[in-house]
Amino acid sequence: MAVERATRELFLGEGGAGSQNLYVNMGPAHPAMHGIIRIFAELDGEMVVKADVEIGYLHRAFEKDCEAHVYGNAIPFTDRLNYVSPLINNFGYASAVEKLLGIEITERCKYIRVIMSEISRICDHLTCVGASAMELGAFTVFLYMIKAREFLWELVEDVTGARLTISYGRIGGVKADLPAGFDLKVKKAFSETRQVLEEVHKLITGNRIFMDRMVGVGALSRADTIAWGITGPLLRAAGVPFDLRKVQPYWAYDRMEFEVPLGVNGDNFDRYLVRMAEMEQAMRIAEQGLEGIPGGSIQVDWEGRAIDPDIYVDLGKQGKTEGLLLIPITLSPNLQGQDRGAHRRVDVSDKRVVLPPKEAAYGSIEGLMNHFKLVIEGQKIPAGEAYVATEGGNGELGFYLVSDGSGRPYRVRVRPPCFYAMGALGRMLRGHMIADVITTFGQINMIGGECDR
Amino acid sequence: MDGQAILARVRERLGAGVLDTHAYRGDHTAILARAALTEALAFCRDDAALRFDMLIDLTAVDYLKYPGREDGPRFDVIYHLYSVDHNHRLRLKVPVEQDDASVPTASGVWPIANWLEREVWDMYGIRFEGHPDLRRLLMYEEFVGHALRKDYPINRRQPLIGPKV
Repeated sequence: MAVERATRELFLGEGGAGSQNLYVNMGPAHPAMHGIIRIFAELDGEMVVKADVEIGYLHRAFEKDCEAHVYGNAIPFTDRLNYVSPLINNFGYASAVEKLLGIEITERCKYIRVIMSEISRICDHLTCVGASAMELGAFTVFLYMIKAREFLWELVEDVTGARLTISYGRIGGVKADLPAGFDLKVKKAFSETRQVLEEVHKLITGNRIFMDRMVGVGALSRADTIAWGITGPLLRAAGVPFDLRKVQPYWAYDRMEFEVPLGVNGDNFDRYLVRMAEMEQAMRIAEQGLEGIPGGSIQVDWEGRAIDPDIYVDLGKQGKTEGLLLIPITLSPNLQGQDRGAHRRVDVSDKRVVLPPKEAAYGSIEGLMNHFKLVIEGQKIPAGEAYVATEGGNGELGFYLVSDGSGRPYRVRVRPPCFYAMGALGRMLRGHMIADVITTFGQINMIGGECDR
Repeated sequence: MDGQAILARVRERLGAGVLDTHAYRGDHTAILARAALTEALAFCRDDAALRFDMLIDLTAVDYLKYPGREDGPRFDVIYHLYSVDHNHRLRLKVPVEQDDASVPTASGVWPIANWLEREVWDMYGIRFEGHPDLRRLLMYEEFVGHALRKDYPINRRQPLIGPKV
């Protein structure tokens, strides 16, 4: 009989009367949550009374590892921070080192960074909206969004050679110039993406089930959002026009025309709408970037004398080699756009900072030594400290660097944007149903690599 | 408000609580005495001309092996502040000695300081006096030591925890 009494007390409280709260563990690996976290929730019926959020399951000592490597080696590590939009991390880190060095990147490189950052931002928002729609049962939306992300990732692959861990940013520039015909490919991918967004709008914006689950759920007031240090789409959904691209413009953002979409209530539905609107703005920025990029398209060089590699080879086979070496080719297939012409346009001309073009590294002793010194000893960064903030997919992505004058960073600190929203998650969930955990967590768009570092 | 004016205002209010100020690469920094920290944070948030309503970042640096600072205080606790209304930034630094590694908590001023301070405690072993719940954040409770300290070897391994299979 003791067992029966214990069961009774569990459900009805001591003595069998009244009620007591129930403790529920969600995670670390919950099928309805994308990301490894544990939410330890105290429930009163279906209502969350208190939620303790535990992170750190994806901690892999990013900051400690950076201290043990030369500055350039941290670029691949930053790919793994927000792995949905790794390009923004690359450029953010590179900008922080450039600020410490006090150098200014080339105009064309600024535009490339803007264009590639915006493409990444769309990927980020697509993933967030798609995944949170899937968790509400809208699997079609997820498939559509992933289809659109695929078009964009093909663009990223075209430029960087990889899809996820792209390592495209470089201190003082980028790895390589944009490939031939990139603007046309972007145009095509964007028109497909726009179509997908329109379809998704028709499917879920205004859909009864979707609205019921999203409107008024997980809301934070304007003052609360600011006090929790939350930035990005979540802050803008609460009606605060804070977008670093607008208020503290960097790279070429001051030359771009775009709007900052704002929400009103700061709830999950507004967060969704802000993300949807931001994707359109990001496409606008990327298109303006491609239009205004100085140096023109890589297809034709500055003297209008570029030829395709296969024609180059054909001419060589026919013995028509006279003057051939003087003609630049559109994109050298084996040097990945690292040839001298492309290099000159996207990287600063500072031997202390930028790796020499591949021809120089393989073809001359100065280039070889330059390459060796940079790879083995690293860029010597003057002692000091600097903080650089860029607008990541989830908000302000900050890098705080301390240098002691050697080739290795003394301290690298990342300000991960979703960490702050995760800190406030317990507050957002309080007073809502247990099912609302899923939508609120989905709209935070927690990326483990970034949050846990 | 430009950076120099912010520094002047902080200095005017806190007097000897400000040990030093500097501006490097456009980042304005005030170095504070620990005793003045609580007042400084509340002042920065509430003063109408400063209005630093957002704690952008709270972290620490271990200067154990920093050239030229081997004998000084071992840690700096670093606050990055941002004002949404005025669109300006400020960095505050508080030097902390190794033997007395603690600073007053900021979690009463900005709620997010709760988590950020837990992370600093986790990684550097700096205590935050008055913190409501100073647990480790990223590492697990059984972890020994503080991983981002400069005297914690990068290749040290600790036994895996969890139920024995």
